[in-house]
Amino acid sequence: MTPSAASRSLVASAGAGEATVKPKKAVPKKVAVGETTGPAMKAVPKKVPAREATTQPGAVSSEPDQPTGQAAQASVANPFDALLAMLSDIAGSVLGDGAQDRIAGAVEFLSRRLTGSYEVDMFGFDPEFTEAILLPIMRPLYKLWFRVEVRGVENIPASGGALLVANHSGTIPMDSLMTQVAVHDQHPYQRHLRMLGADLVFQIPIISDLARKSGTTLACNEDALRLLRNGELVGVWPEGFKGVGKPFSERYRLQRFGRGGFVTAAIRSGAPIVPCSIVGAEEIYPMIGNIKPLARLLGIPYVPVTPTFPWLGPLGLVPLPSKWIIEFDAPIPTDEYEPAGAEDPMTVFDLTDRVRETIQRRLKALVAERGNPFV
Amino acid sequence: MPQVVMVTGVARFLGARFAKLLSERANAPRVIGVDVVQPALDLGKAEFVQADIREPVTAPLLDEHGVDTVVHMNVLATPRDAGGRIPQKEINVIGTMQLLAGCQRARSVRRLIVKSSTTVYGASSRDPAMFTEEMAPKVSPRSGYAKDSLEVEGYVRGFARRRPDVRVTMLRFANFIGPDVRTPLTEYFAMPVVPVVLGHDARLQFIHEDDGLRALEQAVTSDVAGTYNVAGDGVVMLSQAVRSAGRPAVPLPGLSAGVVGGLLTRASIASFSPEQVQFLTFGRGVDTTRMRAEFGFEPDYTTVAAFESFASARCRDGLLDRDRVSRAQRTIAGLLDITRG
Repeated sequence: MTPSAASRSLVASAGAGEATVKPKKAVPKKVAVGETTGPAMKAVPKKVPAREATTQPGAVSSEPDQPTGQAAQASVANPFDALLAMLSDIAGSVLGDGAQDRIAGAVEFLSRRLTGSYEVDMFGFDPEFTEAILLPIMRPLYKLWFRVEVRGVENIPASGGALLVANHSGTIPMDSLMTQVAVHDQHPYQRHLRMLGADLVFQIPIISDLARKSGTTLACNEDALRLLRNGELVGVWPEGFKGVGKPFSERYRLQRFGRGGFVTAAIRSGAPIVPCSIVGAEEIYPMIGNIKPLARLLGIPYVPVTPTFPWLGPLGLVPLPSKWIIEFDAPIPTDEYEPAGAEDPMTVFDLTDRVRETIQRRLKALVAERGNPFV
Repeated sequence: MPQVVMVTGVARFLGARFAKLLSERANAPRVIGVDVVQPALDLGKAEFVQADIREPVTAPLLDEHGVDTVVHMNVLATPRDAGGRIPQKEINVIGTMQLLAGCQRARSVRRLIVKSSTTVYGASSRDPAMFTEEMAPKVSPRSGYAKDSLEVEGYVRGFARRRPDVRVTMLRFANFIGPDVRTPLTEYFAMPVVPVVLGHDARLQFIHEDDGLRALEQAVTSDVAGTYNVAGDGVVMLSQAVRSAGRPAVPLPGLSAGVVGGLLTRASIASFSPEQVQFLTFGRGVDTTRMRAEFGFEPDYTTVAAFESFASARCRDGLLDRDRVSRAQRTIAGLLDITRG
């Protein structure tokens, strides 16, 4: 059966009074093919009154003959309508029902985006864009390429401010992106992770825009504090570029944790610190060298040399498919500290060390457990 | 409650509107508007005195009329209206200095309210998301209206130290927007095709023209001194605003602020200085907690609502106009309904 014949038979069965799934289908077709002389959009307002006519079996039973005859008439009177009808037939049979709802949803999404009718928070975070576009792009990497296994997600509070502190590795900050996907997908409340990014991120044109839209903001004390006080889940990678750009021989050895600014923000806001250990990111671009003069010239922290990168050209940008494990440890509460403790260097270093040790121990355990990095 | 209020800059839209608003309210004080040219707009019940505040004419004026409140609105954002950058700087900086010198000598002055701007915070990639009043700019503005505003604020602070009996209120306004006000930014959005900087999306915050004037009025009638950010709630991304205005956005590589600014200036559409292009690249957010908590002002319009009120008045005929998009959406929905049945 051709698509058109199939739909016509549906029309016929509706006409016969059977309780088919699509009695409505008969009427718009009748209206579009037979009665309108203009483009299809005029069919829309006419649909409602015409729909009521289907309740009269008598009126509809003559339908089987009508579409053919009227289709012929319409194709002479309005080729545009006939073309639309044909395309609709094809689309309908090829796509099926569910897809059409999805397409309708997509069209509505697109028109919302085109008119600027969406919400953006004061940091520039666009949750709709993140969920509809950015996260789906990262998911294949997350699920299939890196096969990320997430443990301890119950240690992330259901609501309220919390500070996730993780180790950084991988030559490019792919671990932060994967953590964002992990938290969103695994957390029972689908919490969005608001990440704190280095200055360099916000200087690079397209990256800075995408970073802001996905919820990242500048790693400065004011923003960290503001996010935590607003009850957001904040992610920080204190090793910074020292961590991402460390040579492969130093893998899983934590670098210095900065000046402890994240601890200060956590104490001031009373938010718990959740240590997070990411295993697997070290192996995606094993950095075996660094072209320092070029890095200085370009003003970037390093120009990595990996087993694949400059030699294989663009192919070298494909990350190796290591097996990832992201584990969240028990949260370290900070509300027992006085707010003035945020100014006390001893308190800050003490807490920083505690977090660092937790992550280092966990990394050692996970690496031993994982065994082969690529399985 | 002030008895005699002097308002500078009444030949301009906001100054004229404010003089009118203040002079026509209940229990209105005597309002004296000052500017170098005759105002084209109606000043309501306010009197007009033609004077160039760059000259030392302020002190005699203040003494003659016994002015107790001075509202300084004569810091210009657009060089074109002033007749070039040099006159603009003179009016802004020298004008303010002379005004403050006059206020310092006049014993009758008790209140000074200054219309300042959030441009003093600058716009750079290193900025925190929201600026509070005590924060300094990360990258200090080096030219244009922003630098003038910074200097003006500096002089005002100096004046406040020399005359501690005068209560000084500095209101840092976000970009004014609304159906009537004309600023470089409003002209930018009213262009048929809007150039934006490639790869960046600025966060913009607006204050509706009516809200801004109400804030100034509140500053006059209340006795609250200090520096406050005044802006609508929330931010809008530049891409979002351009779409809301129904215009297509053309991304241009914006490494040199001069490229986009020069383009626009030569097209005589809007004159954009480098720091204004920086603003369109990175944007800026300001925290308005103190405005609500201490100054006690609540804007009626959020940033989005303020922009919408401007867009519905001035941006009706764009390529991606809202009506067109919803018509297209209905067509496609109709098509799908035909398919679906």
